[in-house]
Amino acid sequence: MAVDNASIMTQTMNDLPSGLNAEDLVDIYANMVLIRTLDERIWAMNRQGKAAIVASSQGHEAAQLASVWALRHHAKDYFCFTYYRDLAVTVSQGLTPTEALLGFLAKEGEPMSGARQFPQHGAIPDRKVINISNVVATHISHAVGWALAAKMRGEPTVVAAYMGDGATSQGEVHEAMNFASVMKLPVVFIVENNKYAISVPQHRQMNVTEVSSRAVGYGMPGVTVDGTDVVASYAACAEAVERAARGEGPSLVELDVERYLPHTSDDDDSVYRAKEEIDEARKRDPLAKLKALLQSAGLMTDERDAELRESARREVDAATDAAEAAPFPPDDDVLERVFEEVG
Amino acid sequence: MAIMTVIEAVREAMREEMRRDASVFILGEDVGRRGGVFLATQGFIDEFGEQRVIDTPLAEAAIAGVAVGAAMAGMRPIAEVQFGDFMFPVFNQIVGEAARIRYGTNGKLHVPMVVRSPYGGHVRGGLFHSQSPEAYFAHTPGLKVVTPATPYDAKGLLKAAIRSNDPVVFLEHKRTYRAVRGEVPDGDYVVPIGVADIKRAGDAATIVTYGLTLHYSLQAAEVLAGEGVEVEVVDLRTVSPIDRETVLESVRKTSRALVVHEDNLSLGVGAEVSAIIAEHAFDSLDAPVMRVAGPDIPAMPFAPTLEAAYMPTADKIEAALRRLLEY
Repeated sequence: MAVDNASIMTQTMNDLPSGLNAEDLVDIYANMVLIRTLDERIWAMNRQGKAAIVASSQGHEAAQLASVWALRHHAKDYFCFTYYRDLAVTVSQGLTPTEALLGFLAKEGEPMSGARQFPQHGAIPDRKVINISNVVATHISHAVGWALAAKMRGEPTVVAAYMGDGATSQGEVHEAMNFASVMKLPVVFIVENNKYAISVPQHRQMNVTEVSSRAVGYGMPGVTVDGTDVVASYAACAEAVERAARGEGPSLVELDVERYLPHTSDDDDSVYRAKEEIDEARKRDPLAKLKALLQSAGLMTDERDAELRESARREVDAATDAAEAAPFPPDDDVLERVFEEVG
Repeated sequence: MAIMTVIEAVREAMREEMRRDASVFILGEDVGRRGGVFLATQGFIDEFGEQRVIDTPLAEAAIAGVAVGAAMAGMRPIAEVQFGDFMFPVFNQIVGEAARIRYGTNGKLHVPMVVRSPYGGHVRGGLFHSQSPEAYFAHTPGLKVVTPATPYDAKGLLKAAIRSNDPVVFLEHKRTYRAVRGEVPDGDYVVPIGVADIKRAGDAATIVTYGLTLHYSLQAAEVLAGEGVEVEVVDLRTVSPIDRETVLESVRKTSRALVVHEDNLSLGVGAEVSAIIAEHAFDSLDAPVMRVAGPDIPAMPFAPTLEAAYMPTADKIEAALRRLLEY
């Protein structure tokens, strides 16, 4: 993978944003390797007929991990309202590869929804992640409501509301952003802009080049940065998290990312996207970029990278075996937990 | 024991619950200084402050969605949707989201929220201020749908709704707000959700109803009582879950059932009640289950003649009762 701007990256390495150090970058890279390995495995298991549906996070990893690290370092407490493409958020927040695979295979013991929902949906409140719905953008006002509750109780929680670029066409996003800004709530709206809403390109979603330009209409800051660049993404998220934590209200952070695979495993992107476009996008691969940055600073070698990949493969192999061996949920569970049990 | 209107009972229930539990708060359009367009929260902003009585932007979906998020976080929001007709911008957040959260998180989260809304017509509200949306919500497992008709029930049921750990759609018939008065005990009491109430005892026939048409049904029953015919009137009070046992017990006693509601006829609460009776009390029936309901038109019209033509009034209920008794 050719990365042609190593000199710029070296400068970046010498000028990391406050709160982010070299060890964090190494840690983030190890997470990236594991999550990419897991994502590739899940996609392969779909093609084997084992995983019914997958929405790949490949190309989004830097944006997602940088945002999580910014929340950890710049908020006393935080909570993530994710969407379906946020595997790097859920796994870095503690969803194990085995648990993730239990979800993709719809097996018993899946922690987010008990395999009632599509993979990556449900809640792991103990790991600060909620992703209730498959109806795009309905969760943005939930995130705002969670932030409202935190503010009312005097808790220092900053809430991250993740969405794709297509989600921003929804009226509920407008309502939620306006509400949060009027109420000065501690929310960071994170738009992972991969330029496609399934098949519809950004220019058919909106007549602006940057989603973040809408922030001015809500009276809040908005910024667009390279979401394949961990350092730039971290800096933008950290500033927004700090503003929220100070009680000054929400921000909109647009992270410009790439989607390397079709929308989901049920999609065929060849009918609407040229191969050359994806090849070009792969030049921005967040893993290659971070590896180059670490190498330029003497923090990564090809040997160490190979070890990380081998370690990730073994972990994902073990998770695959465990998830495949697990049973499906018992059918008599179907009627349970509709209402509170009384009695 | 005080005499109150329905709106006063609603206000009293919320005030007492907000004093009792700091996690209860109100959000909605004009609920603050204005006290709500029907004055349900009159004076609340002075007692509880703008942190707990939140004037929101004019955005119903956000009101409900924010309430869902706050409820998941452990608060007990009461979201006021200004008119029942404005429940449709909220529909996705209640039916699509709130109702499924306990199930869809396998019990990890739940949504202790109340969505209050003034509904119903015979108030010259026209197409967009008269609707009865209860059937849409009652169709959805995961929601409770409550429709009180008296001050006593309004206060006790609203307290139960606020204390519920599952989402409740609480529909207050706006014509009853000031037109219906009744005794309300001082202090705390709860009317359980899902329990019907026999508002008038009788043996000749059973009317199953709720909301404003409870009062019109009682008027019709009174007319027949003057002729020595005693009709039992069952007030469902909650349309989801329906109290099957009270309905069936009454119908087994009277052998005749008339279901009355203001919502349009087809595929609504009356259809469900009729099916329950047909399935479980068929052998007791001396006549087919009959229904009086709004006609199947898109909504209640504005002109007084058209509105009267829509409404299931006491006259129409009385006429139907006579057909039922003569069958």
